[in-house]
Amino acid sequence: MTPNPAGPEPGPEIVARQAVMALCADASRTELEAALTRLDVPAAEDLRPPETGLVMATGRIGGDGRPFHVGEVSVTRAAIRLADGGTGFAYHLGRDRTKARLAAILDALWQDPAQRAHVEAALADAADRAEADRRKAARQTAATRVEFLTVARGED
Amino acid sequence: MLAPGFADPVHDAQATFRAVMDALARPGLPRPLTPGLTPPAPLTPELAAVALTLADADTPVWLDAGLAASPAVAAYLRFHTGAPLTEDPAAAAFALISDPARCPPLNAFAPGTPAYPDTSTTLVLALDAITAGEGLCLTGPGIRGTTRVALAPLPEGFVAQLAGNRADFPLGVDLILTAPGRVAGLPRSTAVTEG
Repeated sequence: MTPNPAGPEPGPEIVARQAVMALCADASRTELEAALTRLDVPAAEDLRPPETGLVMATGRIGGDGRPFHVGEVSVTRAAIRLADGGTGFAYHLGRDRTKARLAAILDALWQDPAQRAHVEAALADAADRAEADRRKAARQTAATRVEFLTVARGED
Repeated sequence: MLAPGFADPVHDAQATFRAVMDALARPGLPRPLTPGLTPPAPLTPELAAVALTLADADTPVWLDAGLAASPAVAAYLRFHTGAPLTEDPAAAAFALISDPARCPPLNAFAPGTPAYPDTSTTLVLALDAITAGEGLCLTGPGIRGTTRVALAPLPEGFVAQLAGNRADFPLGVDLILTAPGRVAGLPRSTAVTEG
């Protein structure tokens, strides 16, 4: 049996956390700052100061071809600890250390069940904006679609 | 609860590396080491500083019984160094020892191979005190004449073990000795005799 590279199937909590972190990655720094001003944030301390490095990105043609190396992308990671002991982590494309740190703080807050709904509410604006952008891009792409059609000749 | 690592990873690790390098270049001469870390007990700040500076994903780390009993220590080292932890002292690149009086015999660790003597284990011990100018008598490369250093606590028959460690030169283990606020080196090239 070939091992699953993604590891075991993630539980519902992990899926929800991944969705929030994907939203943080989509959001801009100002949106994350705005979300944090709406929350009651305890003091955060760096477990490891935010740092930027390179990660090899892997691609597949058509989503299911053989994996190949596309190239290296810069990635910034941050790890923080809140005053109450919660830890948060974030990995973001790009070199914006402040943004990665803000996302790590949101991650730590989200893991507290009492704060979860507040964090998701604070990020609602960014979620709406990201969803609108996605729809717009999908609409613009759809407008370029070419329909090929095969005319059945009915010979047999 | 995970504790923070170096506040300034590059410069703090360089300063620790410099202290350890100088300590190994002048065996038995303690160097100051003030890492400013607050690792989970029983990991001492000096042990943690050496581990954070030297260990990475390519260096298996062995922990002595006291350290291995603490999941917080394992989580701290895994997070900050990415080093795999091993239970086999002969497979380790670094061995962290918080209780030197119960340190396993030196020949339990990897001595390297004749072609690659650098694949040996480096032991990092957390001693209570390193005092220069008294105690054990040291001679060898990096020492003009002889030097003396008192180490406490030490395991039974430590001097005999060091003699055995040196007998197979260039094979053997190197020791980095830490005490609160200081670090000293005892590489395999140093000959140690009782006062």
